[in-house]
Amino acid sequence: MIRDITIGQYYPVDSVLHRLDPRTKLFGTMMFIISLFLASNIWGYLAATVFLAAAIRASKVPFGFMVRGLKAILFLLLLSVSFNLFLTDGREIFRLGFLRITIEGLRMAGFMAVRLIYLVVGSSIMTLTTTPNQLTDGLEKSLGFLKKVGVPVHEISMMMSIALRFIPILVEETDKIMKAQMARGADFESGGLIQKAKSMVPLLVPLFISAFRRATDLAMAMEARCYHGGEGRTKMKPLRYAGRDYRTYLVYAFYMAVIIGTRFLPGI
Amino acid sequence: MGIIKASRLIFDYIRRDEEENIEEIDRAIDGLSVDVEKGTFVAILGHNGSGKSTLAKQINGILTPTEGTVWVCGMDTSDESKIWEIRKRTGMVFQNPDNQIIANVVEEDVGFGPENIGVPTEDIWTRVNESLEAVGMTAYRYKSPNKLSGGQKQRVAIAGVMAMRPECIVLDEPTAMLDPNGRREVIRTVRKLNRQEGITVLLITHYMEEAVQADRVIVMDDGKIVMDGTPREIFSRVDELKSYRLDVPQVTELAYELRKAGVNLPEGILSQEELLESLVPLLQAAV
Amino acid sequence: MSIRVEHLTFIYNQGTALEQRALDDVSFEIPNGQFVGLIGHTGSGKSTLIQHLNGLIRPTSGTIFYDGTDIYSEGYSLRQLRSKVGLVFQYPEHQLFEVDVFSDVCYGPKNLGLSQEEIKSRAEDALRSVGMKEKYWDQSPFELSGGQKRRVAIAGVLAMNPEVLILDEPTAGLDPRGRDEILDEIKSLHEEKGMTIILVSHSMEDMARYASRLIVMNHGKKAFDGTPKEVFEHYKELEAMGLAAPQVTYIAHELRERGIPVDKDITTVEEARDAILRLLGK
Repeated sequence: MIRDITIGQYYPVDSVLHRLDPRTKLFGTMMFIISLFLASNIWGYLAATVFLAAAIRASKVPFGFMVRGLKAILFLLLLSVSFNLFLTDGREIFRLGFLRITIEGLRMAGFMAVRLIYLVVGSSIMTLTTTPNQLTDGLEKSLGFLKKVGVPVHEISMMMSIALRFIPILVEETDKIMKAQMARGADFESGGLIQKAKSMVPLLVPLFISAFRRATDLAMAMEARCYHGGEGRTKMKPLRYAGRDYRTYLVYAFYMAVIIGTRFLPGI
Repeated sequence: MGIIKASRLIFDYIRRDEEENIEEIDRAIDGLSVDVEKGTFVAILGHNGSGKSTLAKQINGILTPTEGTVWVCGMDTSDESKIWEIRKRTGMVFQNPDNQIIANVVEEDVGFGPENIGVPTEDIWTRVNESLEAVGMTAYRYKSPNKLSGGQKQRVAIAGVMAMRPECIVLDEPTAMLDPNGRREVIRTVRKLNRQEGITVLLITHYMEEAVQADRVIVMDDGKIVMDGTPREIFSRVDELKSYRLDVPQVTELAYELRKAGVNLPEGILSQEELLESLVPLLQAAV
Repeated sequence: MSIRVEHLTFIYNQGTALEQRALDDVSFEIPNGQFVGLIGHTGSGKSTLIQHLNGLIRPTSGTIFYDGTDIYSEGYSLRQLRSKVGLVFQYPEHQLFEVDVFSDVCYGPKNLGLSQEEIKSRAEDALRSVGMKEKYWDQSPFELSGGQKRRVAIAGVLAMNPEVLILDEPTAGLDPRGRDEILDEIKSLHEEKGMTIILVSHSMEDMARYASRLIVMNHGKKAFDGTPKEVFEHYKELEAMGLAAPQVTYIAHELRERGIPVDKDITTVEEARDAILRLLGK
C-alpha cells in the first residue's frame, strides 16, 4: 500500500539522534552516501553496515518501520539489480538464451542492491529523527551562504518542509479517491499501458485539484499568521551545536578513515 | 467604537476574462455596518453564500473592502502599512484543520506565528507553553498533527493563534468538518478563552447549538445583516430564522411549537433546563 | 437483494505493533428496501464496515452474502457488486474530475461497459433524481456550489443503478438548507425507487426522522440494533460511547423522571409536541 511510504515521515521518540543538531545529521547523511560510493569491497560495505546498524539502534526507530519504507523503491531496486546482473561482462557462470550471468555481474548487482537499500535507509534515518522544521532550519543555515548570490534559501527550505508535511495527507487522500472511483467501477489494475495511463486520469485530476485547494488554504492561513518570508523571523528552536554534535563529527571522521582504509584491503 | 467596526462595507468578487475585462461581479457583502464591543462572543449565522465567510476575511485584511471601511482596533484594514499589526491582533481559524497546520510537531506549529512576528526565542517558548495550556493540548505537544483527531487539530490551530496574543479571534466554521465530540471540544475551548482571557470571539457557524452560547447573534443573508440580537431574541423568532433557511435547536423549536399551540411558555427558550422549568409546573397542574 | 454480514472481523496492520481491531465479529442482515442508519463515533469501525459492504476491503475473517452469494467466493465479480451496492464516500465532491457535470456522471456507467444510449439515459435519470437542473449539465463541476457539487457526486454513484445506496455522512459541511435537500432526495430514492439505504450520520435528529432501523457501532462491535425508538431508549449507554440521543428524547426522560407520564419513546419534535399537548388537554 502507498501508506507504507516512510521516507519523509518523522518518528516521534526521544533518542540521541533526535537530539542532534540537524546540520550534524545532514552532514552525516551526505557523508554516509559518499562513503557508499567510496566503499570498493566487502570490507567497506561491512564498515557501512556497522555504522548504519549503530545509527538505527541509536535512533530508537523500530527496524521494521524503516524497512517498510523500502517497498516504495522495490521496482527501482529490481530494475537496477537486473541491469547489473545481466549486462555486466565477465566470467560467465550461467546462461539462458540471451540472458547471461557473470561473476562480476553478480558482484555488481549485490553491491548495487546494498548501496540503494543503505542509501534509502540512511536518508530515512535522518527524516525519521528530524522534524521537517528542524530539517528546514538545518538546510537554511547550512546553505545560508547561497543567499548572498540571490538564491531564495529560506523560501526553498520552507517549501520543502511543507511538502514533507503534506505527503502523508496526500497519500491518504489518494487512497480515498482511488476507493471512491473503484466504487464507481474503476479498474486501476488491468489493461495495457495506455489503458492504465488513461485510468489514472480520474485519480490524478481530483488529486491535483485537492492539492491546489490545500495550497490556497494554507497560503491564506500562513498569511493570517503573519508569515511574510524569512525577513525579521525569529526561531523557536535556534540551531546551536552541543557537545554531542562535536563528538558525532569525530565519529564521522573515524568512519571515513575506516572506509578509505578498507579500499586498500584485499577482498571481493 | 468597538474593537471591530465596519461601516457601509461593500465587497465584490470580480471575475475577469483573459483580456482583464470584467466578466462577472458578485456582490458578497452589500452595505453592511456593524460594531463589535471588546470581549463579546458573537456568533454569525447564515446559509452558504450569505457573505459570512467573506466578512470574516475582511477582519484580518485577507480581503479589503471594495467600498466602505473596516476598522480593527482602530486601524483601517485598507491601510497596507497596518496589515501585520492587524493580523497580529486578530487571529483566524479556518474550516479545514489539515490546511492550516504548517509544522509536523504540535509545539512547532504553535510557535510559527510568534516566529513570524519576530518574538525573541525565550518568549516564544513562554507563549507556546501558555497557549497549549489554554487549549488543553500540552500533553500532545510533541505529537504529529496527523495523529490527532479533528477537534484536537482545531485546538492546535487555536493555540497557534493564541500564541500571537491577539485581542480577537475569528473562527470561520471551525466545526463544520468535525464530529459531535470534536465540535464540543472546540466550542468549549473558544468559550473558555472568551470568558477567562477576555478574547473577543467571532464564530461563524451553521450549528445553532453553538450560537446559543454566544453573547450576540448576527444573522446574514444576501450580504446583509438581517437579524442582530441576543440568542434569546434571535431564537424566539423561529419563523423568521426558517425563512432564512436556518435551523433552531430542538428545544427551542419544541417550545416555539407549544407556544404556538397556546401553551403559556416564555419566549426564546434556549436550553433543556429552561424548558423543563416552565413546562413541568404546567404539566403537573394538568395531570 | 438482502445483505447478510456474518462474523465480520477486520484487523489493521495484523502482526505489527500497530495492530488494531477495526471490526470485531459483526453480524447482521439488511433486508431489501430498508432505510438503515449507521451510527458510532469516529473510529468506531463504521467506515471500515461500509467499505466491506461493497467489497473494497477484504475481511480478516467472516464473510458477507449479497443476495445469498458469498461476495468473497472465487469468481464473484466485485465490479458487478459495486454496481449493485453504491457507495458514496464522505465529501464525495472530491472525486469529481470530468470537464462537465454530465460526463462525470457518465463515468460509472461507462466503466460498466454499457451502450452509449444506456449510459446517457442513466446519467440523465441520476441527475434528475438529485434535482440537478438541465442548465447545469454542461457546466464544469468545479464551478458549482458546494451543495450542488455534492449532488453531482451522488448522481455519479446513482448512475450505476445500485439496488443499495450507502452514504457516509452525505451532509457533512453543508448548511441546513443543503442538508435538508440532500436528505429529502435520499428519502425519495428510498420511497419512490424502493432503494435500500444505509446512511452514516452523526446527527441523531436526522436519524430519528429518516431511518427505520439503527445500527450502533462501538469499538468495532455492534452495540445496538433496532428501531430508532428502541435504540434511543439506551441514551445513557449511547452517551458512554460518545454518542447521544435527540434533544427531545432527553426532555421526555426528564419529564418522566419528574413523574409526568409522557411517552418514553419520543424522538422527534412533532412527537414531543403532540404528547405534551395531549397531557395538557389541548
